[in-house]
Amino acid sequence: MGRKINSNSRTSLAFASFRRNRMGMICLWGLVILYAMAIFADFVSPYSYKDEERNFSYCPPTRIEFRDQGKWAAPFVYHYALTFDAMHRRVYVVDRSQKYPLHFFKGGRLWGVDAPGRFYWWGADARGRDLFSRIWYGARISLSIGLLGVGISFMLGLLIGGLAGFYGGWVDSVLMRICEMFMMLPGFYLMLALRAAVPENFNSVQVYFSVVVILAFIGWASLARIIRGMALSLRERDFVLAAKTMGVPDVVIIFKHILPQTISYSMATLMLTVSSYILAEAGLSVVGLGIQDPVPSWGNLLSDAMSIVPVLFAPWILLPGLFIFIAVMCFNVVGDALRDAFDPMFNE
Amino acid sequence: MIKHIIQRLCSTILLLLAVSFFTFWLMHATPGSFFDSLRLNPQISPETVERYEKIYHLKDPLLVQYMHWVINILHGEWGYSFYYNVPVIHVLGSRLFNTFILSLTSFLLTWTVAIPLGVWAALRRNQWVDRVLSVLSFAAFSTPGFFLAVLVLYAASQWGGLPLGGMHSPNYDDMTILGKVRDTLLHLVIPAGVLSLSAMASLQRLMRGNMLGVLRQQYILAARAKGLPEGVVIYRHALRNAFNPMVTLLGYEFASLLSGAALIEIVCSWPGLGSLLLTAVRAKDVYVVMSSTLLAGVLLVMGNILADILLTWVDPRIRYGKKD
Repeated sequence: MGRKINSNSRTSLAFASFRRNRMGMICLWGLVILYAMAIFADFVSPYSYKDEERNFSYCPPTRIEFRDQGKWAAPFVYHYALTFDAMHRRVYVVDRSQKYPLHFFKGGRLWGVDAPGRFYWWGADARGRDLFSRIWYGARISLSIGLLGVGISFMLGLLIGGLAGFYGGWVDSVLMRICEMFMMLPGFYLMLALRAAVPENFNSVQVYFSVVVILAFIGWASLARIIRGMALSLRERDFVLAAKTMGVPDVVIIFKHILPQTISYSMATLMLTVSSYILAEAGLSVVGLGIQDPVPSWGNLLSDAMSIVPVLFAPWILLPGLFIFIAVMCFNVVGDALRDAFDPMFNE
Repeated sequence: MIKHIIQRLCSTILLLLAVSFFTFWLMHATPGSFFDSLRLNPQISPETVERYEKIYHLKDPLLVQYMHWVINILHGEWGYSFYYNVPVIHVLGSRLFNTFILSLTSFLLTWTVAIPLGVWAALRRNQWVDRVLSVLSFAAFSTPGFFLAVLVLYAASQWGGLPLGGMHSPNYDDMTILGKVRDTLLHLVIPAGVLSLSAMASLQRLMRGNMLGVLRQQYILAARAKGLPEGVVIYRHALRNAFNPMVTLLGYEFASLLSGAALIEIVCSWPGLGSLLLTAVRAKDVYVVMSSTLLAGVLLVMGNILADILLTWVDPRIRYGKKD
């Protein structure tokens, strides 16, 4: 009983030291906000992700106006009219004769404008879909795929790393050779090859889960190695010996005494793995092999931006990249802060 | 040492067999094959398709097909690209060379920049240089490489000066040898620079950590107490010890560069293995997929073995094949 209290206080000590890390806390709140926006995407975005208006292809960001003919007014937007310039390029000009008031909390959405008007706060994509809305719907995919993938890899890593570390000997060397094999594979090549095995006619949910499985399949090996290292040192501890002499079966020792100890320590690595999975999903989707249009993910939102021409006249389509950056950065910083918080105790 | 390398090579062959069989199985596990589209192509007679099926034993069970593929590879016969309509070896050769150039350049760039930066940051711990470098490396580490490539291409298109993708200028064939080298190098700047940046960030952090760890050791204190000049303490005693653990990373570093290279190649339209593999996967061009995965594996293994050899050279304590 005394040991349990002791281990709890260690963990809470680590969290206390994490809370003192200013950058870590800022990034943790950043993640909370990103996930909240993703969960409430239906509410915060003015349009659905597949709501398209072809006449507004690459419409520039709509400015929210507060002043009407020199006087303050309730927020509204002007109409953007599509015309062609002297070079026959599409340009949008602000049509000040038509204005649409912004309405709030209408039809279950936070904000929007009435039908003939369109409200593109962060611009529109090639098919006239609202980028702001699509980024938050895309966040659902991009942010959840990392967590799910890490969940699966972590299970695999715990099982295999735990077995290898606890038994040692030939079990360890066989399992570790397999891990090394997976670590030596060029990840992206393997991802492409695996993706080739996924049937073309999968629907978006099936594609989503196959991407998760592919990511987990590639990433479990390094987690398993880390957990194995911890299990190797944990199995020498007195409490394992005590459990053994009491006749506790190996399975129970591994799952009840060793693995729970590794979880808090491997949390930092898990954070870093989530961020690498977010990047991997984006990479897969950006070349058109991940999540398929019209369902948005941060990766496939960027696929338009992969050729330079659309970027030149609609630079706002680069925005999803900024969100990938923010999410990955937050996970990295939080992971780093967690490592700082936990590390001195593991090394003691 | 030689025994160790032979052992490594043997396990490597097993590894490559496993990977290639896995890829082979994957390619066949999916519905549809390139032959379906060949059969639908009115320009190709059914006899040709049948002939192909015979050459590649496509009617046989999977394992037999795979055996034939392995035997063919051993004979230097890489199969036929149905998409490009030439033997695979014609497509692969130049692609492999290009990927190799790109990976090698960014590899050299990464290590020559990251190691000194890491040492510098460690020596100026918690001063502004260290702080700036740590913020920069976090930012670089978190930026998706392909996105950075697009940003840099966008900037280059605005300000000019650097070629936007590809590997050669249109008038490449008319250039002198020197001009050709210069042209290729100019085309390398963006992809190699972008590719190096995130690898540089993590290496710099690692080197900083190692160096800080070594500087806390007693032998450094002893060296200083002996009155050795600071330069000797740092560059002869600390640096070599801090560098050792980095060498084991060389192999994995090369792996991640190769993987990262694939996406950058696609964005910068660099004609390498990665972009080849992408088109091949999309077209279900079986033998191209097989060969390029195999070659990527070979490149990696070579990187790993080189790292092992280098490690014995850097750290004389390590002796393979002898149990101490």
